[in-house]
Amino acid sequence: MDFLNAIVALSNFVLIPAIAYGSQLALGALGVTLIYGILRFSNFAHGDTMAFGSMVTVLVTWWFQSMGISFGPLPTALLALPFGILGCMALVLITDRAVYRFYREQKAKPVILVIVSMGVMFILNGVVRFIIGPDDQRFADGERFIISARDFKEMTGLSEGLAIKTTQGITVVVAVVAVVLLFWFLNRTRTGKSMRAYSDNEDLALLSGINPERVVMYTWLIVAALATVAGTLYGLDKSFKPFVYFQLLLPIFAAAIVGGLGSPLGAIAGGFVIAFSEVTITYAWKKVLVYLLPDALEPSGLVQLLSTDYKFAVSFVILLIVLLFRPTGLFRGKSV
Amino acid sequence: MSTTLKNTLLFALVGALILLTGVMQSWNSALLILNMGLISAIMAIGVNLQWGFAGLFNVGVMGFVALGGLAVVLVSEPPVTEAWAAGGMRIVLGLLLGAATVVAAVLVNTRMPAGRLRVAVMIAVLIGGFFLYRGVFDPGVDAVEQVNAAASGFLGGLGLPVLLAWPAGGLLAAGAAWLIGKTALGLRSDYLAIATLGIAEIIIAVMKNEDWLARGVKNVVGLPRPLPFEIDLQNDPGFVERAVSLGIDPVTASTLYVKLGYSVLFLVVLLVLLWMAQMALKSPWGRMMRAIRDNEVAAEAMGKDVTRRHLHVFVLGSAICGIAGAMMTTLDGQLTPGSYQPLRFTFLVWVMVIVGGSGNNLGAVLGGFLIWLLWVQVEPIGLFLMQVMTSGLAEDSALRAHMLDSAAHMRLFTMGLILLLVLRFSPRGLIPEK
Repeated sequence: MDFLNAIVALSNFVLIPAIAYGSQLALGALGVTLIYGILRFSNFAHGDTMAFGSMVTVLVTWWFQSMGISFGPLPTALLALPFGILGCMALVLITDRAVYRFYREQKAKPVILVIVSMGVMFILNGVVRFIIGPDDQRFADGERFIISARDFKEMTGLSEGLAIKTTQGITVVVAVVAVVLLFWFLNRTRTGKSMRAYSDNEDLALLSGINPERVVMYTWLIVAALATVAGTLYGLDKSFKPFVYFQLLLPIFAAAIVGGLGSPLGAIAGGFVIAFSEVTITYAWKKVLVYLLPDALEPSGLVQLLSTDYKFAVSFVILLIVLLFRPTGLFRGKSV
Repeated sequence: MSTTLKNTLLFALVGALILLTGVMQSWNSALLILNMGLISAIMAIGVNLQWGFAGLFNVGVMGFVALGGLAVVLVSEPPVTEAWAAGGMRIVLGLLLGAATVVAAVLVNTRMPAGRLRVAVMIAVLIGGFFLYRGVFDPGVDAVEQVNAAASGFLGGLGLPVLLAWPAGGLLAAGAAWLIGKTALGLRSDYLAIATLGIAEIIIAVMKNEDWLARGVKNVVGLPRPLPFEIDLQNDPGFVERAVSLGIDPVTASTLYVKLGYSVLFLVVLLVLLWMAQMALKSPWGRMMRAIRDNEVAAEAMGKDVTRRHLHVFVLGSAICGIAGAMMTTLDGQLTPGSYQPLRFTFLVWVMVIVGGSGNNLGAVLGGFLIWLLWVQVEPIGLFLMQVMTSGLAEDSALRAHMLDSAAHMRLFTMGLILLLVLRFSPRGLIPEK
């Protein structure tokens, strides 16, 4: 029984939150990695792109809620998500046209594009705060739990409860759908194949008649969709606050680099690696250990390796280890 | 128009804008802008050293600035003897054990032959060392933090004059930069950017959470100052007499006196650093740095040790940022780790360097003043614009209230816009590199 309790406690506090967080990071990292593969720069504005897409979703959600439209037990935000994606797509196409295209034509060095994306980051940050304000916004509605801790205890008779939030379930389902669609697109469609060809070897792709502007446009559209989905899921799961999205930049970059920049599969793996290490290292293991160890060995402290405030440090240390020992990442991304 | 004339005019323009602030708003705010402008200019010189001279993409400025601030507490605060007695030595021992663990791990990595055994030994050293370190360190921290937790609860500093903290801030930042550079400088430009971004966040996280060090988010307030307090000046009959004879209200006079004093101190530091940076730029060392920046492969073929040179310039630039950070904390009179934000302390400095002109020290200084002035003044200007734009709307309209509330966020937008416009239409900045 103790063993089962330990497993339940572990799933409740480590596995489920880490899977949900990992899916959000993976979606974010996919966006970063696609930009890196096709446009060949690290997009510092990605966190704020996520914030913008989620902001549109939040606004549409509020509008729906005020009109009394709801999605039954599911959050209304899922209905609003397509509008958020469209808004975000419009935004990235405008920024690409107004800002990035000029440097692409100049064949500017990647580092210049990174600085340019810093400027875009400032502007988006300002725009989002201007429209929705810098504060926490709540927009989740519908059922809160798929299984609440109390129901679980009654069902199984265990002393540990297992709670699965609706948002966590939705996060995983939506993330799986998004990733399947993305891989189908990249591997099966003509446009997807031309994107991969362009990413592998730009000159060869141009010689075979691939239109670079078209590839770039599709990349931005996909990135906008991924960023909005990732941002909205994160906002549903935690809460929507513009500054938090800026801070997500670090774990997202870490995930993309750990997996190997430019490799979509790597981005997903990296997202989960980062999420699991953040959660396991900052989790207080006392509860699980109490069930597993004999009474005599019962730990006196919380058995927390690092306090939760150091979660950035965790993703960063992993990033550094990977960079030092395997600079191209786990999945052999590219290094320009 | 000759470049000297153009540069003089640009500096005169910024000076005139600051004077205009003094006339239109108040001399106190003008001096405040001037003081922070001086500090910003020093930060910009530091970043320019790394980016303009050597092409190193460091977005961890915030971390070095914060370390400079930490140095002020460590140097100038009086030591808390009770805390030292309670657990100070234990903390020091714990830190030494932690460092020893890392050194041991590095030694294992370099001295043992590669293979499974090395990995196993390394993991054993790291895990064993970690628990040993926590075992010694944690009780010490608890003991220290319990000593008068509400008012102190930290180890305090050395109790030395606060001006010594400025070079100490530089040294602390340089030390951190050396450690970081040793690990991260071999990386490509994008990776270095992300690595430094992360390190800055970690430095802030450490400063927020390690209460025994500088009270964390409980802040250290009332730091010693190099200048007299306003209230003492107001109680000094000689000062009041002089102020009255000049026709200034003694309260205003005392605030202006203190701020001017800071301006003079900061100006001296800025001029010294600017002179050093100019000399470095003109020296063979500066030419070598630029040669490396423009073509690493060619420079390496000429026998230049690129990684070592990068490490030099990274440490130097970070040290300058540390000095500026120490000066800023001295000016504020308090250390508030919660107030360090990357947009304000890293990316804004980058805007200063790029707008001013990367690769040119004078440009960096100009950018520091100009962008800081704008950063401060965009808010009132934005509020004014919003009032004009919304004047047609009803007094109680929700849109109007929202627009007026949001005017404060105009500054981020404006900074981004300025950065993009400069990059697009004048990528070499206001005062380009020669």
